[in-house]
Amino acid sequence: MRNHITEIVVFTILFLGVSAVGFVAARWRRPDTLAHLDEWGLGGRNFGGWITWFLIGGDLYTAYTFVAVPALLFGGGALGFFAVPYTVIIYPMAFLVLARLWSVSRQHGFVTPADFVRARFGSPTLALVIAVTGIVATMPYIALQLVGIEAVLKTMGVTGDNALARHLPIIIAFAILAAYTYRSGLRAPALIAFVKDTLIYLVIIVAVIYIPYKLGGWGKIFGAAEAKFAATPAPNDGLVLNAANQWQYVTLAFGSALALFLYPHSVTGVLASRDRNVIKRNMSALPAYSFLLGLIALLGYMAIAAGIKPLAGATAGSVDSNTVVPLLFQRMFPGWFAGVAYAAVGIGALVPAAIMSIAAANLFTRNIYREYFRRDATPAQEATVSKITSLVVKVGALGFIIFLDPQFSIDLQLIGGVIILQTLPAVAIGLYTRWLHRGALIAGWAVGMAAGFWMLYVTPNVATKRAHFGGSAYALSHLGFDTKVTIYTGFIAVILNILVAVGVTFVLRAMKTPDGVDATVEDDYHVDQPRTEEDTPEAVDVNL
Amino acid sequence: MVSSGDEQAVPRDRDRNPLYWLLLVPIIVPLLVPLYNGDGPKLFGFPRFYWLQLAFILIGVGTTTLVYQLTKGRR
Repeated sequence: MRNHITEIVVFTILFLGVSAVGFVAARWRRPDTLAHLDEWGLGGRNFGGWITWFLIGGDLYTAYTFVAVPALLFGGGALGFFAVPYTVIIYPMAFLVLARLWSVSRQHGFVTPADFVRARFGSPTLALVIAVTGIVATMPYIALQLVGIEAVLKTMGVTGDNALARHLPIIIAFAILAAYTYRSGLRAPALIAFVKDTLIYLVIIVAVIYIPYKLGGWGKIFGAAEAKFAATPAPNDGLVLNAANQWQYVTLAFGSALALFLYPHSVTGVLASRDRNVIKRNMSALPAYSFLLGLIALLGYMAIAAGIKPLAGATAGSVDSNTVVPLLFQRMFPGWFAGVAYAAVGIGALVPAAIMSIAAANLFTRNIYREYFRRDATPAQEATVSKITSLVVKVGALGFIIFLDPQFSIDLQLIGGVIILQTLPAVAIGLYTRWLHRGALIAGWAVGMAAGFWMLYVTPNVATKRAHFGGSAYALSHLGFDTKVTIYTGFIAVILNILVAVGVTFVLRAMKTPDGVDATVEDDYHVDQPRTEEDTPEAVDVNL
Repeated sequence: MVSSGDEQAVPRDRDRNPLYWLLLVPIIVPLLVPLYNGDGPKLFGFPRFYWLQLAFILIGVGTTTLVYQLTKGRR
């Protein structure tokens, strides 16, 4: 630890500075009161282009991404680069869909995707299903942000002899995070995102210029990676894809893109923006982060070329490949700049963790507390419940990391991506049509969930010698096909989901089962103006 | 996407413009694996797999910017 003093000092100073920003954020763009979900949970629904860019960028491109994607390339090569096509296609895909979601949410005061489903399909049950799915998918995602911080702390030599000592820095960091999120709501991550992203851009630009220069150029870096993959017995690694894993690559990129804006925290970032143009403009500005992510991914190959050996994992004999990027920084940078880089990752974890906990808390408040416990909750009560829930969510995420093997969180996040995708028919297709019957949507969801779980369960991982939950690549040979081809589990599950939803809709329509009342009209999906008193008929309050 | 059509005080963005079909280009191109799944030609030492996919980001940015700019005034 003594060798790491400079790193630790720089890291701590930046971390504390950012925490101060988080507390000050309550006064930033100060509203009359923070005791309303529109203020605490959505930052006043008034963020312009720049704030939204930093906020959504800081939200979607998490610390875990920055640590785990290079680790994927480090371990397996080309397949990990799916993050690039994934984050290219997401924006044109979401361009019109999110604008519709924004409009209908503005018109009706929706705070969560489940609010929308509730009003669209007239079904509290379906809304509950969507809300619970969202919360369950988000929890391990928050826990993973801690994995990102831990990878950095471990590299700085901040470890302890027992579980408590080892986790103390994270507990402190999360306590600070919880305190300023409680106080400032979405304004805190929005303001911190400026610092976080500036640091990340700085670190990565320096890294992708300086490290290749030290390692002898990009040709050498790719050459070293190629040599490494050629020497391993694994069939699916390499600098390019092969016949067996290219379908996995395509379906993983496509399926992940479908899932991204279904995550409650992405929706929170979108609904916080001021108008439709802010969203549309951001769909062309956010790919700047994708470029960054592509460069970050290549840090994995730089680590190979630099001869980095990952630190030991939580269980004996395993390695923690998430440490390759921090180790690379340590090897290549002077101590103070490594400290800056670690702070960028650490702070990078706080922004999404804050937004995710706010999003999960809003889901609980609007779609569980208000729906099932207190129908007449005032806006102030909603805000209070959300604030407290955000604390509970963070304690829960902390518990995941302290008491369970971090691998468990990684497994859960894998599952999370698959299950959040099962909300696609209700949320995304629901934005365009309510032809699918509410009962059929629940049936499709159930089938998609069951199929997704089963496929993940039967997938082994040869490299880590695990029999179950070994990855999201489902081998078609399980179905009796004589092939090595694998496909992304979530993609198969959501196709099944849609097929069942369509089939059951035909049956329910034939049986003339009541399909609820749609509280929205087509015009609501095109509204483009801040809500005023005149625009809010009383019906709005009845809807929710 | 059929609506009543009466435009009142609340501005509406109809999202109906053939230009929006252009958005399909940056969705489909990055999913065409055979296009980029190879080593050569190299660019600055990057195999094609890497530089070409990074270049797709420019297609994405270009298309969304173009579509946004061409459609934003028309309500």
